[in-house]
Amino acid sequence: MNNIRKNRLKDQIFRGWGIACTLLGLVLLAIFIGSILIDGLQRIDWDFITSLPSRNAENAGIYTALMGSIWILVLTTIISLPLGIAAAIYLEEYSKKNRFSSILEVNISNLAGVPSIIYGLLGLEIFVRILEMGASVLAGSFTLALLILPIVIVSTRESIKAVPKSIRDASYALGASKWQTVSMQLLPASFGGILTGVILALSRAVGETAPLIVIGALAYVPFAPSSPMDEFTVMPIQIFNWISRPQAGFEVNAAAAIIMLLLITFIMNGIAVYFRNKWQKKLK
Amino acid sequence: MSKKEKGIVIDKSIKRKHKLETKGVKVFYDDFMAIKGIDMTIKANKVTAFIGPSGCGKSTFLRLFNRMNDYVDGFRLEGEVRIDGENIYKKKINVEQLRKQVGMVFQKPNPFPKSIFENVAYGLRIQGINDKRYLSEKVEDSLKQVALWDEVKDDLNKSAIALSGGQQQRLCIARTLAVEPSIILMDEPTSALDPLSTAKIEELIYELKEKYSIVIVTHNMQQAGRISDYTAFFYLGELIEYDRTKKLFTNPEKQQTENYITGRFG
Ligand SMILES: Nc1ncnc2c1ncn2[C@@H]1O[C@H](COP(=O)(O)OP(=O)(O)OP(=O)(O)O)[C@@H](O)[C@H]1O
Ligand SMILES: [Mg+2]
Repeated sequence: MNNIRKNRLKDQIFRGWGIACTLLGLVLLAIFIGSILIDGLQRIDWDFITSLPSRNAENAGIYTALMGSIWILVLTTIISLPLGIAAAIYLEEYSKKNRFSSILEVNISNLAGVPSIIYGLLGLEIFVRILEMGASVLAGSFTLALLILPIVIVSTRESIKAVPKSIRDASYALGASKWQTVSMQLLPASFGGILTGVILALSRAVGETAPLIVIGALAYVPFAPSSPMDEFTVMPIQIFNWISRPQAGFEVNAAAAIIMLLLITFIMNGIAVYFRNKWQKKLK
Repeated sequence: MSKKEKGIVIDKSIKRKHKLETKGVKVFYDDFMAIKGIDMTIKANKVTAFIGPSGCGKSTFLRLFNRMNDYVDGFRLEGEVRIDGENIYKKKINVEQLRKQVGMVFQKPNPFPKSIFENVAYGLRIQGINDKRYLSEKVEDSLKQVALWDEVKDDLNKSAIALSGGQQQRLCIARTLAVEPSIILMDEPTSALDPLSTAKIEELIYELKEKYSIVIVTHNMQQAGRISDYTAFFYLGELIEYDRTKKLFTNPEKQQTENYITGRFG
């Protein structure tokens, strides 16, 4: 066999293998989503969304968990956004490039890979106990904010770095200070990218379970939180709780809740993709 | 509202002659010496061209005058760079203020991803000037100076990115003029442009020299010959020859200069 034919054969084998792998992933996902939809879709109605939890599967609703998740999302955003963006701006534009800053950089990337339960333990110690926040929405939000902070920082830095150097040059050459260049050129130009990173990080936070269980988020909370200091539960914990019940009715509830959780993450990812595309167009 | 009422003092000395000087200037990038000791005086209200082969240090030397090299990692300067006799690298110098006085136009047009209006207004906005009428006047004025006004007056809110390369470069010059510098540095401003746009910008430079001291880096000998009063030839980080353009192109003192301008460069 000559070389060209050999290469072509290799090419085709790899192509087939690639297609098979891709399909495997897609098929598994489709089966999973399909079976969830079959189980849960009929359960989703306005009642399910607005009902409080109950011992009785037919009456039980997702309301407290949904509200808990929304509270967590909003507070986590409020906490992580300014911290993450400020840290990214500092690292990217202000800090001197030396040993210390490169150690800092590597460690921030490493933090993104720390298992989330470790963040839960940290949150339990610092926010729940030392700062005496208790198992509140606030403690949960701070914990998740820490969890996603590295992702926010890294993605913000990438977006700022993607702004062409020529823009910086132009701004400085006109007599702009560093802060003016950052706030009037770099941030607006990288806004879409930053938003994308933040939304993706938040869509991870909304699915987190372990760290919140560790800090003491409860499976059963009778009411939706009405202040940051209230007890709370979130959707993934509610799902876990329902699935572990013996009665078949709760399994349907779990499926319905999974659909809603997936919907939330899909919507968030959709928004992220939208902003990314819009932003890429603007820079060109 | 006039500029004075806004609390900004226009330096009337702008009309004064602004002389650029270097004394024993050496520039290092880490251990590499890019400029090897240059003494030079650049005359006010003239066009001075920097020529020389790629990598000889023209851009490095040019960017000394508005301190744009400060951002380069490993950059280090020895010697003095003076504008009107004042060392612009001494501690007390306000770099932002300096750059308002010494404008710069880059090789590749680099408009901000903002509207045409905001591009020109940016240099004023960062000085705290936000008066709508004053900005409008200033934008119109600057765009007229670069002969771009008629082409864009109906699209001031359109993105500057949509302009052609030549228009973008004229916009960048307008943006520089809007802050009323007295010195303009240009680093190969036409090398990315078509001949027609190049001609327009050369014409513009010719008009601007009435009011500004202009230093321009160019790889185009004809361009240097057409627009400059003085020409400086650099080679390997040294200033080889610096003279009236006519003299340097017709009767250079140094063999190296002659080789370079006649294209016999090895
Ligand atoms: N940021 C930098 N770091 C290290 N060395 C640099 C840097 N910028 C320039 N140099 C070096 O300094 C020397 C002069 O560069 P400079 O850009 O001033 O040359 P130039 O004459 O403008 O060249 P060209 O005509 O190609 O624009 C070159 O040898 C270059 O490699
Ligand atoms: Mg250069």
